[in-house]
Order: sequence, then structure tokens, then C-alpha cells
Amino acid sequence: MPVIEVRDLVKSYNGNEAVSGVSFDVGEGEVFGFLGPNGAGKTTTINILCTLLNFDSGVARVNGFDCRREPAKVRSSIGLVFQEMTLDNELTAYENLKFHCYMYNMDKRLTEDRIAEILDVVGLSGRGSDIVKKFSGGMKRRLEIARGLLHRPKVLFLDEPTLGLDPQTRSHVWEFIKQLKKAEGNTVFMTTHYMEEAEACDRIAIIDDGKIIACERPDELKRSLRGDTIYIKTADDSRAIGEIKEKFGLKAKMTEAGLSLLVPGGEKFIPKLFEALQTGILAVNLKKPSLEDVFINLTGREIRDYGPTPSYKRNSHRHP
Amino acid sequence: MLSYKAIYVIVLREFKRFFRQRGRLLVTMARPLIWLFIVGSGFTRLIGTDSEVQYIQFILPGIVGMTILFSSMFSTISVVWDREFGFLREMLVSPASRVTIVFGKLLSGTALSVFQGVALLFVAPLLGLGIGVGDFMLMILLMFLVALAITAFGLFIASFLTSLEGFNVIMNFIVLPMFFLSGALYPIGSLPGYIKVFSYINPLCYGVDSFKHIMLPAGGKLSAEMPLLLDIVAVSLFCAFFTFLAALVFERRK
Repeated sequence: MPVIEVRDLVKSYNGNEAVSGVSFDVGEGEVFGFLGPNGAGKTTTINILCTLLNFDSGVARVNGFDCRREPAKVRSSIGLVFQEMTLDNELTAYENLKFHCYMYNMDKRLTEDRIAEILDVVGLSGRGSDIVKKFSGGMKRRLEIARGLLHRPKVLFLDEPTLGLDPQTRSHVWEFIKQLKKAEGNTVFMTTHYMEEAEACDRIAIIDDGKIIACERPDELKRSLRGDTIYIKTADDSRAIGEIKEKFGLKAKMTEAGLSLLVPGGEKFIPKLFEALQTGILAVNLKKPSLEDVFINLTGREIRDYGPTPSYKRNSHRHP
Repeated sequence: MLSYKAIYVIVLREFKRFFRQRGRLLVTMARPLIWLFIVGSGFTRLIGTDSEVQYIQFILPGIVGMTILFSSMFSTISVVWDREFGFLREMLVSPASRVTIVFGKLLSGTALSVFQGVALLFVAPLLGLGIGVGDFMLMILLMFLVALAITAFGLFIASFLTSLEGFNVIMNFIVLPMFFLSGALYPIGSLPGYIKVFSYINPLCYGVDSFKHIMLPAGGKLSAEMPLLLDIVAVSLFCAFFTFLAALVFERRK
């Protein structure tokens, strides 16, 4: 039985469909990524699964519980780390965690042990009695993830877990999420618009404009592109284009980076190219397909073309 | 339906925040004393002491009412604050029911108000007003009712607000009129008829009047103006009504 089950999910705000007929399953122990630009419907989907939002039609089930009819059961079986910080800055790390334990009605005898254990997992033991205000962005993030895991949820939802963090902290947090999966064995559902994050997922769904346009393992998605891109600089580009067409039946394109060629198994093709071409090759560059290329291929746009979400939009998501 | 553990920890959190914010603590403790000893003594000279009750004694129940009003209304700012800083979502996504969260917020606002009201009662003997143990207990009960009614009212309003600016505007248009129409600074009887109407729909008016019953001698020009039973019934009704409304608006999910 899938841990998360979504069928034909539709949700609209004031007549605009934010999510239009999304379906997918997430299996136990899987790290499932939702990749898409801002405003594609990622946060809306996560909010529906966490029962913070109602939806118009379709089915959404988490751990076998219906998100519409059994919200309390869904909530007690999931952990959630939001896009924005939701810690109480005035309280200590320990107090933030204790608050969570009480809200989740955890056994009092277990509380202390579990808090100590989880602080250790996120590398914050010894910082429990510090006021959260004094923590760095990365420490706060780790504390939030720790809080999401306190009540041993079967699924951990991470909404843009590294948004707004500097690149170094981002890779720390990401390392940490990977270790965590090994240590606690949770199913992880995360949204992101960072390619590096999506690469590390077991499976990703690419979402654009409220619809899932692909749902596969990252390497499968990349394989779906017809091949690798080879860039070459030659002594005479137009002569090289003619030669390539004649000898390999391939169409080379002129780009700023030189001539570009799309070929499967690029690393094996390069020696052949050297052997066959009369024109002198000055430089060569092989580019393996990235998820960015997959995204461009599927939508015709770059994921970053969308720019940052305007603040009014962010607010409407934040206050459902 | 109600998780007592969750209510307990919500109240605990608000108390911790209250005592940790030194500036807020100082302001809330100093404000009533400023009113009492500066405004109070100024007007006492102006008005003179021709009745049973001195003016500075007269405003003590009013200042207790004011303290509860300010404290209760401003403690509901924590809902707006929590929404602005995201902490509300940590609560909303927990398995605790919405009603539990509303009751937690209600009780924390009420408890903080009663705590400050009790502190003020210790000023009464300095003004020549004796309060016995029985009166003291009765005052706590009345203050609890008034604080609960006003916190519920504030929570109801706060649930519609998404920003702190909006909160400040509404609080100033509601809190100050409620204070001036409560009979805290002058008897309701001295107000013109059309303004009196607003006093009678003001929960604080009945609250302050009930405090006057306990703290001031009866029969003077500045004594309580309505029957104590009416005060208690009115405050209780406001209490039930706004608690119901606050729970109702929090229950909705878009």
C-alpha cells in the first residue's frame, strides 16, 4: 500500500486552478521530490496533504487516512517542515521541542529521552537550553527538522527545506537529510526548485502550472532526453558542419559555446569524431543531460525563468 | 476533543514569553500605576471629595478593568504574531483540535490578565480601600469572567487579521472607546443618552461595575450603578457568546 496516494486532485483559488488533476503514489521509505518553479502548485499540494487546505475534488490519502475526513489521524502520522521558519524565537530549543511533544500528546516519560536523542541526531546536543533567536539559519533549520521528527512520523514533509539558506548551509542540510533517511528510515516527501536537491531523490515528479508532466527516477528522466550534448570548437566551423552531416548524418548547431551536437553516449562518440574529421578540432566539451535540461525539454522554459514569487502570492499560500 | 496537555503547554508558552520580554513586563506593570497616581490624583484635586468615595478610590476598579482590557486584547496579538511568524502553523498542523488551540489561547490571555489584576488589588489598601479575603476571592472570580469575555472578543477579531498593522488600527478604534465607555473614569450615568447606548453593549462596562460593587462603599454618587446580578449575568453572556464565535471562526478551513 502506498504511503501517499493522490488521485485527480483539483484545488482552485478564486476560479484559478492551482492544482489541476494531479495523481501520484509514494511508496514506503522513498524520498520523493516535487520539482517545479514557484507557483506551480507544490506548496498547495503539500498543504492539502497536511490537511491545512481543503480541496475541490479528487482523493488524497496519507498513511491510509483520508485527508478530508480524517485530518487529525493524518496529522498525527506526519511530520512537517515548512518553507518559512515556524520556531518560537523567544523560547529555547528544548522548549520548542517540548511544546511539540505536548501538542502531539506524547507520553511524558518518553519526551525527555526523545528530545535528547533527536537533538543528538541533528547535532545540537548541548544547545538545548539556548534561546532560538541566537541560532544561525542552518541551526534553526536543523532544529525544525528535528521537531518534525520528534513524534516518529511515518512520513516527513519538507517544503523547500533549504530555501533562503546560503549554498554551504544548503549542502549541509541536504547531507543531513540523506543521513536522516538512513538513521530513521522515514518516507520523505519534499518540494524544491533546486536541481541539486531533486537529483538526490529516489523519484521526482516535475510539476508545472498545476499539472504533473513527468514522474520518474532522476536517471530515467535524463535518459528520456535523446543524448548528451557535445560542444566543439574547430578551425573552420562551416566546413565542420558539412563534414559532420556527411559522415554521421547529424546536424550540428552553431552556438556561443561552439558547435553543439546531440548524441547518445557522448564519451564514446568523441574519439570517432576526432578520427573522422578533417577539420582541426581546437576544443571539446561534453555535457551530460541535467534535470534542468529535462525541464527545458518538457516545458520549453528554464525553471529559473519564473523569478522569485511575488510577496502577495507567498502570503496567500502562507495564510490558507 | 480537548487535549489538556496541549492547552497547558500553550498557556505555559505565553507565560514564558511574557516574563522573558522585560520591556513588555515593565510597561504592563507600570501603566496602571501611572493612571492611578498621576491621572487619579490630578482629578481628585479638581473634583474634590464631597461624596462617600474619593476620585482616586473611584478609579481603582476602573483601572483594574483597564488593565484586564489592555492585557486581554493585546495578548490576542500573539495570534496575529504567531500567524505572521509562522508559529501558528506549527499548532494548526498538530493533531490537537482547533477548539483546543482556541481554548489554549483563551486561557493564556485570561490567566495573564487575572495575574495583573490581582497584582493591582494589593494597591487598594494604600488608597484606604479595605479588601477582605472573601472580597479578594470574589474579585478573582469576577476578573476571570471579564478577562475571558474580553480575550474571546479579541481572539474573534484577531482571527480575521493577517498583519500586525491591521491589529494596531483595530485595537485603537476598539480598545480606547471600550475603555472610555466602561465607566472607569466617570460614572455611566453622567454620559448623554445616545452615548450611554454604547456603554450598555460594552462588556467591560458590566465588568467595571461589578468591581465597584466589591471594592467601593455603596450609595455614593461614584458607587456602582447597576445591580451586581445584572453585571454577572451580562458578563457571562458576553463570555459565552464570544467564546462560541472565536471557536467558530477558528474551525473553518479554506
